[in-house]
Amino acid sequence: MKVSMQWLSQYVDLSGYTGEELAEKLTRSGIEVDVVEKRNRGVSGVVVGYVKTREKHPNADKLSLCTVDVGEDELLQIVCGAPNVAAGQKVPVAKIGAVLPGDFKIKKAKLRGVESQGMICSAKELGMNDKLLPKEIQEGILVLPEQAEIGTDITELLALNDEVLELDLTPNRSDCLSMIGVAYEIAAILGREVKLPEASLEERGSKRAADEFSVSIEAADACSMYTARLIEGVKIGPSPLWLQNRLMAAGIRPINNVVDVTNYVMLEYGQPLHAFDADRLAGGRIRVRYAESGEVLTTLDDQERKLEPHMLVIADAEKAVALAGVMGGANSEVTPGTTRILLESAKFDGGTVRKTSRQLGLRSESSLRFEKEVNPESVIAALNRAAALIVEVAGGEHAQGITQAVARTFEAAKIRLGVKRVNDYLGTELSLSEIRGILDRLHFTYEEQDGDLVVEVPLRRGDITRDVDLIEEIARLHGYDHIPSTPITGVTTPGSRTYGQRIRLEVSRYLNGTGLHEAILYSFTHPDRIAEWRGLYPDVKPVQLAMPMSTERSVLRTSLIPHLIDTAVYNRNRNIDDVAVFEIGKVFLTDEEVLTRQPEEKFLVSALWTGRAAADHWSGKARKVDFYDLKGVLDGLLAHLAIRDAEYRAVAQDGLHPGRAAEIRIGGRRAGVIGQLHPELQRRYDLDDTYVWELELDALADAADISITYEALPKYPSIQRDIAIVVDRGVPAASLTAAVREAGGDWLKSVEVFDVYVGDRLGSDKKSVALSLVYRDEERTLTDDEVNERNQAVIDHLEQTFSAQLRK
Amino acid sequence: MKEKLKALKEAALAELAQADSQQALSDLRVKYMGKKGALTEVLRGMGALSAEERPVIGQLANEVRAEIERVLEQKLSELERLETERRLASETIDVTLPGRRPAQGAAHPLNKVIREIEDIFLGMGYSIAEGPELEHDYYNFEALNLPKNHPARDMQDSFYVTEELLMRTHTSPVQVRTMERMKGEVPVKIICPGRVYRRDEDDATHSHVFTQIEGLVIDRNIRMSDLKGTLLQFAQEMFGRDTKIRMRPSFFPFTEPSAEVDVSCVMCRGEGCRVCKHTGWLEILGSGMVHPRVLEMAGYDPAEYRGFAFGMGVERIAMLKYGIDDIRHFYMNDLRFLRQFAHL
Ligand SMILES: [Zn+2]
Repeated sequence: MKVSMQWLSQYVDLSGYTGEELAEKLTRSGIEVDVVEKRNRGVSGVVVGYVKTREKHPNADKLSLCTVDVGEDELLQIVCGAPNVAAGQKVPVAKIGAVLPGDFKIKKAKLRGVESQGMICSAKELGMNDKLLPKEIQEGILVLPEQAEIGTDITELLALNDEVLELDLTPNRSDCLSMIGVAYEIAAILGREVKLPEASLEERGSKRAADEFSVSIEAADACSMYTARLIEGVKIGPSPLWLQNRLMAAGIRPINNVVDVTNYVMLEYGQPLHAFDADRLAGGRIRVRYAESGEVLTTLDDQERKLEPHMLVIADAEKAVALAGVMGGANSEVTPGTTRILLESAKFDGGTVRKTSRQLGLRSESSLRFEKEVNPESVIAALNRAAALIVEVAGGEHAQGITQAVARTFEAAKIRLGVKRVNDYLGTELSLSEIRGILDRLHFTYEEQDGDLVVEVPLRRGDITRDVDLIEEIARLHGYDHIPSTPITGVTTPGSRTYGQRIRLEVSRYLNGTGLHEAILYSFTHPDRIAEWRGLYPDVKPVQLAMPMSTERSVLRTSLIPHLIDTAVYNRNRNIDDVAVFEIGKVFLTDEEVLTRQPEEKFLVSALWTGRAAADHWSGKARKVDFYDLKGVLDGLLAHLAIRDAEYRAVAQDGLHPGRAAEIRIGGRRAGVIGQLHPELQRRYDLDDTYVWELELDALADAADISITYEALPKYPSIQRDIAIVVDRGVPAASLTAAVREAGGDWLKSVEVFDVYVGDRLGSDKKSVALSLVYRDEERTLTDDEVNERNQAVIDHLEQTFSAQLRK
Repeated sequence: MKEKLKALKEAALAELAQADSQQALSDLRVKYMGKKGALTEVLRGMGALSAEERPVIGQLANEVRAEIERVLEQKLSELERLETERRLASETIDVTLPGRRPAQGAAHPLNKVIREIEDIFLGMGYSIAEGPELEHDYYNFEALNLPKNHPARDMQDSFYVTEELLMRTHTSPVQVRTMERMKGEVPVKIICPGRVYRRDEDDATHSHVFTQIEGLVIDRNIRMSDLKGTLLQFAQEMFGRDTKIRMRPSFFPFTEPSAEVDVSCVMCRGEGCRVCKHTGWLEILGSGMVHPRVLEMAGYDPAEYRGFAFGMGVERIAMLKYGIDDIRHFYMNDLRFLRQFAHL
């Protein structure tokens, strides 16, 4: 909403305040002012001139030579380049010494050998928003009305010495979508009075409006009130300048006198109005009804609209003539030849208007106001005001009375408010008289009952329905700055993270400590990315957004890996080849094609590592990262969380290298995957060898053991035995260590693989695995013989189970 | 004999003085002190001495032996010291060359900020509540006093999945879910961090996904002044002891009264600068007293209970805190960006 100070001061005294000062006051009490715009961008010395003669410039085809009367003794000779300049026009003339926006000083000049004593100005040169003017005026000079008096200062004529406050209104303050509403707000802030416009309306016509047009509301839930006046004998033409000036200050394009008045009064009262050409309405009837299915209406913007039965229309006896509250129909539009006007003022249901305007993509100043519910008290007031103004600017006479239908009436809300309640709510110590003072400033009436106030809220403030709404009014006008800062009283509560939150924090801290950077990745992805990496959940159906902004971001992710791959690619494209990142984030899992319930949201932790295993060092180049680097990080994480029953199983996994992929089972449950990206995938993204893993956070949290119990230190020495065996290459090391544990009994405290050798000497299908075993008894010192015997049993078991051969 | 011993001692000491290696010393030890050494040789002549002379010569011989021994040991330790010095000198390294640093990853700046905010509120006795990102229309809007077709829904265009399910546009549904779970119990004191989604084209100041932290307190005697006190304490812990706050009336469907909260500019301390657009203030929070309708719908009688709620954008705070000028940095994961957050 753009509010002209000049215009506003018609309703409330603004003296003593600049635009900036008012803006600050408004903003601090809840109506945010975006900008304060000075309409005069630096124009001085420009006056109304009369073009007496216009001839072609002797030396230039596109220039004109004009003699212009500016009300001084001498006529001015001015060279003008505009195509629309003509003798007989009134125009803005920047005389020698005048200044135009941009500190552009007008000096005597010679143009193509001819002296020019000033300049005839375009709207743009005067710093005006010429988008609101007709095209020929945008391209040429500003032609002023004939009545403009020669020599008048242009800033006065065009009301440029004005400031415009642009309000950024919150949805609840639709009352300020009107000058009168803003006036009430200012009046409340400044403690001043509001002067409402007076409609002096004489019904000189002989006809009765109700006889000419009957009104029926056939959709009572969508229209509570419909009123209209008939005006006959109007003459359509341009509006007077004062009216155009005000509309332009408000950012609205002047069209013709009748339409301009409806817009003017809409801005004044916040009540949209519509003017029909009464001669184009059939059957003397106005029906407010829902559209019939299949009904079509061409709106004022020349778009053919297919209507639906939930849309409200205004119809005559035969056809729809307007989309109620949204836009008029072309079939009943006011045209230059129109002489009879049926002027509509109504209250349509906000929800209905909103639904229609959204569905048709048709937002107008009118729909904007109806959507937020217009003030029922303004319906008739605005109708009368506009009817009076139309006759004032377009002539004609009013038919007798108003033709109307009323489906519902409105009553002001009465809200009971106690002083204690106000102070308890705000933490203030306001007195009854202070509260009454604020209500007085708001122009709310009230009476006292048993020490409480019963406040009658005017209908213009439809946003106030409960006592807390009144408390807010009191708080904001009292000033939020005057509310003290207090500590909360009442029982104290301990604050702590939940177990799951703590585990998540531990995981990310641990991973940071291993050199992995934490990424945050988008949740929306491309369906192809899900197809290409099925990850932990090969069977889930991706959740699709109903109206995605792009295919790239149209489904919800089911894995974090695809965007980790993107992170590697993004950095690689910036010459960063070493990428070690992880994310803890949610995936969305469902088996439903069409969602009927919320999908499961699971936290995953996923990591990706490509490039070098460490930074290069002067002492030697770092090697490239391999599977065991990233597995080591994972092993370390599991150890950090004291998860002891995790195992890795080689399995085929879409998207991973078939020989370098494993699933991670924790407590026997599939909890994650790890591996090298499939070379095919690496090629697709132009990545070097890249390793990833992905784990369910729940599985980690469930298996983690965050308690530490001290274990007594060993009292007796341990004995170490190393064995090296040759087995088939396909035998997993984990099977060997498991077998060792099986045969090693209680004495075996640990078994570690310390060497793996593959080479020609063994044969291509064999490998040698060296194991280090530690034996110890908690009760006594073991003898060599005992240990040798047990160790032999382990070797025998390995030989039997894996056809292993002991290497000597 | 005496002269012989004396001469022997002179000769030995002279040779020892010349010796420059452990080998030479050990050779001299053999030469003078060994079984076939010079001293033994001299002492062989002891038999020819008289009984009076023998103890005298014997003592002299012992003195000579002790003296040679002493000098020998002294020489040996000196040589060892020199040897060690030489060896250590040869082991000198350039201490200015870079060390081998274990890799250190960085926490994401958004999570750093979230944790900092969480820690402040944990210290004030709040718990951390979380909830689904794909929400029911009911929890995201209706239960927050935003019925279907409410004009305020325009404020946050959203991503729907079905007619009833959408990507949450704020973390407020977690507040509703928490209230429902508490079944009318008080006090409720939570903060809710999390991702939210709005239909915005990504640019320097907009992102279709961003992070919010909201807070909710419900009890019997909560006042708007408590909200102000709480946010002042938060702002001072987050931005520094001398931080001021300012509340401006605003509108949110789920609070009444509602307030935007500004903090004194962290860059210029309120003097006015480019970051605060020369106002001295930065808008960082939305807040208000929980709307009675919201309390009612969640099962709290507004005649008996009151509450306040607040919310802030984590990106905005991180941008202010770290001086980041483009919100997209948070989601591009450029390592040159992320690495900058690896230290405290
Ligand atoms: Zn500043």
